[in-house]
Amino acid sequence: MAKPVEQLSTVIVRFAGDSGDGMQLTGSQFTSETALLGNDISTLPDFPAEIRAPAGSLPGVSGFQLHFADHDILTPGDQPNVLVAMNPAALKTNLRDLPNGGTLIVDADAFTERNLQKAGYAANPLEDGSLDEYQLHEIPLTTLTVGALKEIEGVTPREAERSKNMFALGLMSWLYGRNVDSTIAFLEEKFGKKRPEIAAANIKALQAGYAFGETTESFAVTYEVKPAEMAPGTYRNITGNQALSYGLIASSQLSGLPLFLGAYPITPASAILEELAGYKNFGVRTFQAEDEIAAAGAAVGAAFGGSLAVTTSAGPGVVLKAETIGLAIMLELPLVICDIQRAGPSTGMPTKPEQTDLLMVMFGRNGESPVPVVAAKSPSDCFHAAIEACRIALKYRTPVYLLSDAYLANGSEPWLLPEVDSLPDISTTFATEPNFEGEFLPYLRDEQTLARPWAVPGTPGLEHRVGGLEKADRTGNISYDPENHNLMTRLRAQKVAGIASDIPELEVDDPDGDATVLVLGWGGTYGPIAAGCRRVRRAGGKVAHAQITHLNPFPRNTGEVLRRYEKVLVPEMNLGQLLKLVRAEFLVDAVGYNRVSGLPLRAGEIEQAILALVEQQ
Amino acid sequence: MSDGNGNGSLKLTAKDFRTDQEVRWCPGCGDYAILAAMQSFMPELGIERERTVFVSGIGCAARFPYYMNTYGMHSIHGRAPAIATGLAASRPDLSVWVVTGDGDALSIGGNHLIHSLRRNVNLKILLFNNKIYGLTKGQYSPTSELGMVTKSTPMGSLDFPFNPLSLAIGAEATFVARAIDTDKKAMTEVLRAAAQHKGTAFVEIFQNCPIFNDDAWAFVRDDKDGVNRIYLRNGEPIRWGAELEHGLRQRADGSIEICPADAPDLLVHDSQHESAALAFALSRVTQETHGGTPVGVFRNIQRPVYDELMAEQLSTATAKRGAGDLAALLHSGETWTIS
Repeated sequence: MAKPVEQLSTVIVRFAGDSGDGMQLTGSQFTSETALLGNDISTLPDFPAEIRAPAGSLPGVSGFQLHFADHDILTPGDQPNVLVAMNPAALKTNLRDLPNGGTLIVDADAFTERNLQKAGYAANPLEDGSLDEYQLHEIPLTTLTVGALKEIEGVTPREAERSKNMFALGLMSWLYGRNVDSTIAFLEEKFGKKRPEIAAANIKALQAGYAFGETTESFAVTYEVKPAEMAPGTYRNITGNQALSYGLIASSQLSGLPLFLGAYPITPASAILEELAGYKNFGVRTFQAEDEIAAAGAAVGAAFGGSLAVTTSAGPGVVLKAETIGLAIMLELPLVICDIQRAGPSTGMPTKPEQTDLLMVMFGRNGESPVPVVAAKSPSDCFHAAIEACRIALKYRTPVYLLSDAYLANGSEPWLLPEVDSLPDISTTFATEPNFEGEFLPYLRDEQTLARPWAVPGTPGLEHRVGGLEKADRTGNISYDPENHNLMTRLRAQKVAGIASDIPELEVDDPDGDATVLVLGWGGTYGPIAAGCRRVRRAGGKVAHAQITHLNPFPRNTGEVLRRYEKVLVPEMNLGQLLKLVRAEFLVDAVGYNRVSGLPLRAGEIEQAILALVEQQ
Repeated sequence: MSDGNGNGSLKLTAKDFRTDQEVRWCPGCGDYAILAAMQSFMPELGIERERTVFVSGIGCAARFPYYMNTYGMHSIHGRAPAIATGLAASRPDLSVWVVTGDGDALSIGGNHLIHSLRRNVNLKILLFNNKIYGLTKGQYSPTSELGMVTKSTPMGSLDFPFNPLSLAIGAEATFVARAIDTDKKAMTEVLRAAAQHKGTAFVEIFQNCPIFNDDAWAFVRDDKDGVNRIYLRNGEPIRWGAELEHGLRQRADGSIEICPADAPDLLVHDSQHESAALAFALSRVTQETHGGTPVGVFRNIQRPVYDELMAEQLSTATAKRGAGDLAALLHSGETWTIS
């Protein structure tokens, strides 16, 4: 007999296990099944930098959180409703986030004395009553999986055991009424050719988990989350790094210039290099350089040669590129530098997000060296932010920073696929003719944009030399003239400042138009800030929200927007970097809300911070 | 149109390669001779000026691009090989030259140098070696001898120097040569071979700094009688000396010693030898150890060229999967439609 079905509006599931347990795969497959059902989703992988920390240890725990709902959602969720813990270490590191009454599913087989010891448990939490507050389901996942796979030939006991993540996925798929067909197709595609028996074992484990749900008395009901109402169109699930890669490929096509990526492997940016290396049929050249400096240098060389040049990295790599970016400022050549921010300083916490590179990309170079800065606000927005960064770089012949972070990079959400025809035209022209009385002056600027002509090698008659020494206005010859340096310094600054007239105004989300508190965020905190504002409004409060995606220059109406509100709250995953900029630039007495924990901000804490400010009034 | 290695028929003269910029090296600097040799050699290649690019880093030598009427970039300290790699890899139609010095190439840019050599990008790297920092006014460089007294080493340098050719050979360079700034004829021969080489060509040029390290190379530079220059000519036995009375031969352990020119086992130079051992052994032959120093092409082998391989991968991928279709890319993977 089918079990009763309970309707839910929103669910947050977290899978946690050893980094060898395949939790990222389990999570991403559950996401895919869920996306196909039409729920709105938001995901957050949370994994250690160590590839394989000692099995069963606390540092080796890898997690994946998925939020899905029958309505539009903005974040992966603050706290899970359901925690799947594959071993004691996963339980220990994740239990603090599970609210009382939450559902807890554990692999009972993994709670051995040795594993308990590794996780630092003096007593077995399954037996000492410490989990009484939760709806605990102790399931011998390992035994059940190994038992189900007994008849599959060619699979070692170790391999059978490793399929337990698929058993767990099958069980969760049953519990929430997800169809496992897409996961079966995925497993066949992934293992079918090389190890068909492994594909068979994983599929069998998946189905066994599903069947276990149907028959076990452990679960009395199943749940249903109806599809969300979403704008019509074709969707796919996408991570920030993937969207950013697609945005760069799109920019190459939209500009008509070949894409050149110089990169050095670094977490969490490597996936962009790996992704782009697979699209050589788009004319994409990827160059894995000997170091971060060479990666940026090669990109500058390619820009000189007429490519759409990009270099990707994270904070520790970007500091090394600063010298080359200074050169690109002086050469006035287009270059996009992607900084996928991670927790610092120094090596910091490589897999964890932060917004702590803002002041570095604004000011971390010698001399007066302005660089436009664009920041993505969600995983799918990385696509559009990449096109915008390329547009500005090409039009204004300047290096441009594109900021993302580890949360956007690895997190995913459904993406309403844009029509290619609706994407902006970012084409540019190379100089082909002398531009002044039969001569070519490489620093004779366009009157409107102040951009200089881009004359690429191979163009007869325009041979010229550029370099890092100060340039004479118009001719580009070396100049030590004091007045000229003053002029060129101001021209470079004016060129970047002038971009303000060519970017969208700052939009404010203020549904009733009578809020007195404005929350000002930037980049990747869009989701939690918007969700926090919704909570305040749902409780009857009034609050306005604006999210900055152009940080240099700021949108031209920024000062006007800030002055419209009595109080301005600036939440950031740093100690107040945008706060410092807006206070300095606009003389506004804004206040910060700051947490630097290596985790995304939570809607709940934003809500509290807003309420605290509202109450002060 | 010529290819990037100079097989064109264009008629140019040395004058075509001069710029209107005043040359600003110290009087007597070896760079003048190298510039003059380069300007008179370039027309021979028949490559259009617009398809020739000189890239440099920082240092006295790095001013070179300003004086060549081609495309050029005077970049940042040590990074020229990296920048030139990006240019050559994305534009295989260009003839790309890197001009560098011993500090630029071997100190701050050491990493870029060795990696461009192993990749075999189609670059011609000219290292002007004067064994001193010139532009920063006289500190010791990575080729300065142990114990050398300079502004930054009043009690003598503690650093053991690099042998640039040994380093290049160890870094898997496919073309390694040496020339002397004032020896125009031999330098032109070396430049010609470097230009024709497909891949990275590394040329060390002994260059005199009259201000901070004058006469560092006097033993070969001023050697009008040819007493100390050992000219390497491919396929010929290695003989040298005023009367060609000396020769070189290899010991059983691979190292090289001096022998009489009429010795039966005289070493026959083979720059194309599969093993780098011979070129390496020759690079260890110096004035200090052997009383003579080889000049010419040490090593010249063929290996697939990085930029060609990269272009090949692009065309293979396109042949296999068709030219990229953006709409299809966006719609790849699992999608669902809401109506």
